[in-house]
Order: sequence, then structure tokens, then C-alpha cells
Amino acid sequence: MIDPQAVDLSRVQFGLTALYHFLFVPLTLGLSVLLAIMESVYVMTGRAIWRAMTRYWGLLFGINFAMGVATGITMEFQFGTNWAYYAHYVGDIFGAPLAIEGLMAFFLEATFVGIFFFGWDRMSRVGHLTVTCLLALGTNLSALWILVANGWMQHPVGAAFNPASMRMELVSFYEVLFNPTAQDKFVHTVSAGYVTGSVFVLAISAWFLLRGRNREFAKRSMTVAASFGLAASLSVVVLGDESGYTASANQKMKIAAIEAMWETQPAPASFTILGFPDPAAHETHYAVRIPWLMGLIATRSLDQPVPGIQNLVTDNIQRIRNGMVAYGAMDKLRSNPNDTASQALLNANAGDLGYGLLLKRYTDKVVDATPAQIQQAAQDTVPGVVPLFWAFRLMVVLGFYFIALFGVFFWLSAKRRLDDCPALLRVALWSLPLPWLAAELGWFVAEYGRQPWTIDGVLPTYLSVSSISGGDVIASLSGFILFYSTLAVVEVYLMVKYIRLGPEGSGMNG
Amino acid sequence: MLPFLDYETLRVIWWLVLGVLLMGFAAMDGFDLGVAMWLPFLAKTDGERRMIINSVGPVWEGNQVWLILGAGAIFAAWPPVYAAAFSGFYLAMFLVLCALILRPGGFKYRSKLKGERWREIWDWLLFVGGFVPALVFGVAVGNALLGAPFRFDADLRMDYQGNLLGLFQPFALLTGLVSVAMLAMHGGAYLASKAGSPVAARARQAASVAAVALILLFAVGGFWTAHLDGYRIVGSMAHDAASNPLHKQAVRQTGAWLSNYSAMPWTMAAPALGFLGAAAMILALRLRRDKLAVLSSGLSVMGVVATAGLSMFPFILPSSLDPSMSLTVWDASSSRGTLALMLVATVIFLPMILAYTAFVYRVLRGRITPGRVESDPNSY
Repeated sequence: MIDPQAVDLSRVQFGLTALYHFLFVPLTLGLSVLLAIMESVYVMTGRAIWRAMTRYWGLLFGINFAMGVATGITMEFQFGTNWAYYAHYVGDIFGAPLAIEGLMAFFLEATFVGIFFFGWDRMSRVGHLTVTCLLALGTNLSALWILVANGWMQHPVGAAFNPASMRMELVSFYEVLFNPTAQDKFVHTVSAGYVTGSVFVLAISAWFLLRGRNREFAKRSMTVAASFGLAASLSVVVLGDESGYTASANQKMKIAAIEAMWETQPAPASFTILGFPDPAAHETHYAVRIPWLMGLIATRSLDQPVPGIQNLVTDNIQRIRNGMVAYGAMDKLRSNPNDTASQALLNANAGDLGYGLLLKRYTDKVVDATPAQIQQAAQDTVPGVVPLFWAFRLMVVLGFYFIALFGVFFWLSAKRRLDDCPALLRVALWSLPLPWLAAELGWFVAEYGRQPWTIDGVLPTYLSVSSISGGDVIASLSGFILFYSTLAVVEVYLMVKYIRLGPEGSGMNG
Repeated sequence: MLPFLDYETLRVIWWLVLGVLLMGFAAMDGFDLGVAMWLPFLAKTDGERRMIINSVGPVWEGNQVWLILGAGAIFAAWPPVYAAAFSGFYLAMFLVLCALILRPGGFKYRSKLKGERWREIWDWLLFVGGFVPALVFGVAVGNALLGAPFRFDADLRMDYQGNLLGLFQPFALLTGLVSVAMLAMHGGAYLASKAGSPVAARARQAASVAAVALILLFAVGGFWTAHLDGYRIVGSMAHDAASNPLHKQAVRQTGAWLSNYSAMPWTMAAPALGFLGAAAMILALRLRRDKLAVLSSGLSVMGVVATAGLSMFPFILPSSLDPSMSLTVWDASSSRGTLALMLVATVIFLPMILAYTAFVYRVLRGRITPGRVESDPNSY
């Protein structure tokens, strides 16, 4: 009943619509906090220019915000439309943070965004500032809950398989919420959003200064963006490192693939800065390595080894065999729920049931899988090394670049020399697309690196798909591509137009 | 969590909560979908059109969250229903998504450029963004009443044997029209209370026409349902067992969707509210009590939605291929722990949502006049 074409196309569709959605989200996250900062200064000092800043950056925020919400609905719906077995199998756990996100965060941001725009003359200054802060709080809380959900996909804690309902069920919400993977990812992701918002404000202000217009407006905006961006970019890198540490404990294969580490090295492992990974030869050509660094990043120690890809594949063969035992026991329990021997067998091997499900791609009779099929399934647990290797390195380079960029502008701002150096302003302007590139690369590493699983170690991507035909997905996917591309053109056109108009041209100077 | 509530009670509570959220969606997002449907018909000049758009401009995003939350609540509390309905109605859901994504463009982008053609295109796209979801959601409810062609294997993987055109059966088209008429009525009443003249006067007439249409279509739906195959559970069924839709017997039976009304006569309150709310709205508009009219149409909308849910109880999504595999309140929910957790979250946050939503509507009170639209550079 599974159409392999529907699996691949649904992955493409989810990936593209998610990357598209995340063009809007980081700007919403970052700008909402920047707006709250600017308006706070306005309320404290009473100086009109800060009100104009809040209103003008708020206008650009608004063009972006609505698309973020609308494209988010596509993400929510796809768990049901394209990944129905996923929805059935883990909805008991995964659905909860999603619904709480709606209750706690979406309502907050979407309700208050209306009077952020239309409440300026209808509320007191402090009242309006409160609205802006609640808007920022809502956007950040929504990031928290979606990353709790995503963190659980990377590291599924606090849940157990129930053979009676054929699905994973919630055991401890506390563990799901305080999942270390989720917490690291949350701070890493919102910080990336703050960097995006800051680069956006910095780049457009640089453009104003290069044109010699709105100088006071632009310089103040740059000061806020540079200081906030510096803190955020440091946080992105530190929490990125922390994510690497938690991932190396829980997602060893992902780390090994990012590092193109084919074999386990004697501890402490070295870190490959650059090289050309060769998946066929299981080696990395022309590798430039820093000794000890990987061992330190991944284990925070000098004596623990970091497992390599081939060793993990060998481990996974055993886990698949355990999974076959678990699947067989589950099958017996279905026909006889009181079979205590099978229940004990399932309990002993439940952690590897997902590995048994990897075989479903090759055989319906999981328990009778041949050694060749087991070998194939074990090989499937290795994600695409080359794209992960490069995407990760590019993201990291960008992360350090943002620290340098904000550092320079923070210093210029402190020395009151923001408009002294047109070359640097041009660098800031041309940096505009980079935070988006970094954020998209980050999601690519996180999600592509999790393959072949939707829920790491629990549910294979192949099984998660709905019983839909490839033809259905071709129809929706081509529709999305056409439709989203048109909207992107319109959105960028309007953004550019309102940036060119500037604060007074758009009526936001008061 | 919540040890004093057993699994059966929690399931009933979550069925009710889902009903409340869907009624919330229909009543709150419903009026801005309805307003969008009237946009090309009730305004003659660009100023009038902007009046209509800005009557819902500041609130439509918040209203839309009722849909997001409704879907999220089905996901969290009724995962098999989410899986079956969303994947079964695949292309219909895609249509709804496209329609919904037109809306931010329609509100945010339309008035940012001056071109007449540009604005005209967005006006029609806004109409589509209101009409298509209203129709498709109504059609989906009709298909739920008819039963959907799905079955499960032993792993509870669903197989669905239908297509997009198969959804548009005559009865489902009728429920689609009920939904369109209902939201047109509600949107019209809202415009009557919120827009300045002359749009408000036109909206009063339009809403009354829609209300008459709703009353007629809803009545036809009722008579049709009496002759329709409903579903009925045969024999006994555990109400507190693990969720698995393979352990019961159910059959199709003509008129079964009306049996709850004779077994529990109080449930008649829901269809009664549907009719009386619509009639009261017409009366209130005649008396120029516009706010009362919005309240009446809102109650009517809630009554109509509740009618669909109550007719089917305890079924949520029946299977026309194999009625015994239908999804019901007793075998399609989340685990007890998840239902309890989500109930706690709902009890904490829903009152807060209602409170700050009320606050925002208070801040934004007053009619939308052309002057108010022109003077605010944020206006849509």
C-alpha cells in the first residue's frame, strides 16, 4: 500500500514547504524582539524617532508576519495529509506540543499583532508597549513548542510503545518538555532568528546610510541591531556547540555523518575541518584535521571514543535483529493480548522495535528477513554524508562570520563612526541573505541528518507516509511550487518597495 | 494527571472540547471568511472595498488560529481521525491550504500598491480565500456523515479508496452549501455591525437573504438525513479500552443519524439553535440591533456545527468500506495521559485566550469609516 514515489515526493514537498516557511519565521522571531526593544526606548525616553523606528520596522515585520502564519498551516496539515501513519503512530506525543503551541503561543501573537498595527492611537504608550512585548513573547513561545516537538523527533524520550493501540504513547510529559535536545535547539533556533532580524535591520540601515538618507534613524537602528546581534550570534554558536554535544550522545550516526568519520578513532578523536568525503571508498580525501577537537566537542572528555559510521552500521545490524524479535512478539500479542512470554520479549527489545520496522521497506514479513535484507536496512541508517558534511561547515563559517560582522559594527557604533566607512556598510548590505542561508542549512543538517527516520530510532520515514499515490503528491507539489514562487516574488517586490520608500515615504515617520 | 477522571469521561470531555473548538472556529474565523465572500458584491468603490477589508483586517489572523488549534486538537486528542481525514481528503485539503494562503496576500498586499487591476485581482482572490474553505469544510462534514472509504490493516495503516471528485456527492454538496450560506450570513451580520454606510445597509439585506437560504438548506439537510444511511454500533463495546478501531461491530442503517435525537431529546436544542439563531438575526437586523444580530448568527452557526457532531455521536469518522472500522469516541482517541494533560492545558489557556481576544475587540471597537481607513497608514 506504500507508494515509494509518494514517500520521496512527500519528503521533497515537506522539505521545500518547510524551508519556505522558515524564510519568514526567523525574521518574525528577530524583528518582534527588536521592535519590543525599540519601543521600550521610546516609552522610556519619549523621543519620537524611536516610535518612528518601531513603526517602520513594524511595517516590514507585518509584510513578513502574515506569510509566516499562513505557510505554517501547510506544515501542520502535512503531518496528516502526507504523513498519516506518522500522525497515527506518534500523534499521542507529538500532537500535544503542537496543540499547546496553538493555545499558548499562536493565539497570543496572532491576536495582538492586530492592535500592534491598529492600536497606536487607541492605547496608552505603556499599553501599546505591553502589546508589542506580548507579540514578541508569543512568537518566541511558538518556537519553544515547535522545537519541543522537533526535539522529540530527534531524541524521543518519555514515550513507550503500546501494542494494543499499535502506536507510541506518552509516558512522561516532563521528559518530553525538558528533553535536552529540545532545549538546546530552542535557544539555538531563536538566537538564529535574532541574528536574522539584526542582520536585516543592519543591512537596510546600511543602505540608508550609503544613500545618505535617514541618517539618525539608520544609525540608531544599527546600534540596536549590532548590540542585539552580537549577543545573539554568540549564543547561536555556543548553543550550536551544545547541540552538537547532546546530538553526539543521542544521534551518533548524525554526528558521524556530519564529520564524515568512517571508522572509530582512538580517543580523543580529531576534527576534520575540510576534505572530500568519498562514500564509496569510506574515506575522506585531502582531510585537514585538528587533533583532539572532535573528542572534546562530542564527549567533553579526552578518553571517550566517538563512534564512526562503519562501526555504527555494525551495531545497527544487531539492533535490527533485536527489532525482529520485538516485532515477532508484538505480532503474537496482537492475537493474544494475555501472552506474558511475548510481552516480556517485547519489553526486553522494545527499544529496537523501530529498527525492525526498517525492514518493512524490503519485506512485509519482518520476522523472516534474510541476512541480505538486514544488511541493506543497516546500510540505510547512514544518511547522505557529502551534503551533510558541506552544509554543516558552511553554516558554521557563517555563524562565526556573524560574530565578526556584529563585532565590527558594535565597535563602530561605540566609537560613533557608523557612517565613516562605506566599504563596511556595503559589506553589511551584502550580508543580508546570509542569515537565511545559515538557517536553512541548519534545518537541512538537522532533518536530512535524521534520515532514514522521522522519529529517530522509532519510526522510519518510509513507513510514516500516508496511503496516497505519487500522482496526488505531484499535483500538490507542483501547485505549491507555482503558488509559493509567485507569492515570494510579490512579497520581495513589496519589501523592496517599502524599503525604498523609507520611514517617511511609507507614512511611518510619526 | 487528573486521577478523578476516568478514560471514558475524558474521551467524552475531549469530544466536547473538540466541538467547542470547531464551533469557535466557525463563529470566529467564520465571519471573516463570510466577509471575504461578500467583498466583490457589497462594495462599489475602492473606498467601500477597503472598508470591508479593514472591518476584519486587524482580527483575521487571530481568528484563523481557531482553525490551527482545531486541527491541532484533532492531532493531539484524536490522532487516527487526523490521519484518516487529512490523508483521505488529500487534494481537498490542498485546495483549502491554497485558499488560506491567499488571505495574507489579500489583506497585507492589496492596498500597498495603487493599481486598479492589482487591487481587483486581490479582491477576487480574497473571495476565493473565503468561499473555498467554507465550501470544502462543509463538503468534508457531509462526507463524514456519509462515511469515508477507508479501512485499516493489522498495523493500523489506513487504506483509502476515494478521490477528490468522489467527495462532491449530492448530499455533501448540500452540506457544502449549508456551510457557505451559514458563513455568508455570519459575515453579513458582522459587516452590518462593523462597516459604515452604505456597506452596512447592503450587508443587512445580504445577511438576511443568506439566513433564509441557510434555514431552507438546513431543513432540506435534516429531511435528507432521515433517508440517509447512518451508522450504528452493534453489541457492546468497551469505552475505556486502548484506542484500536478493529475491536467492534458497526453497521449502516437508514436514518441512524437521527436516533440520538429520539434517545436524548435535549440534543434537539442544537438544530433548534441553528434555525432560531438565523431567524433571530433577521429580526435583529430589521430592528437595527446589529450587535445582537452578530450574536444571533454566531449562535446559529454554533447550533449548525453542533448538530453535525451530535447526529454522529459516538462516531467521529465512519468508514463506508467497513463500518466496523469506523473511528469513534471510544476507540480513536489519544491515551488517557495525553487527554488529561491536554485538558489541563486547555482549561488554563482557553479562558486567557477568550479574555485577551475580548480585550482586543474592545480596543478596536467602533465602525470602520472611510476616514478611519484613510488616516491610518497601516490600513489594508
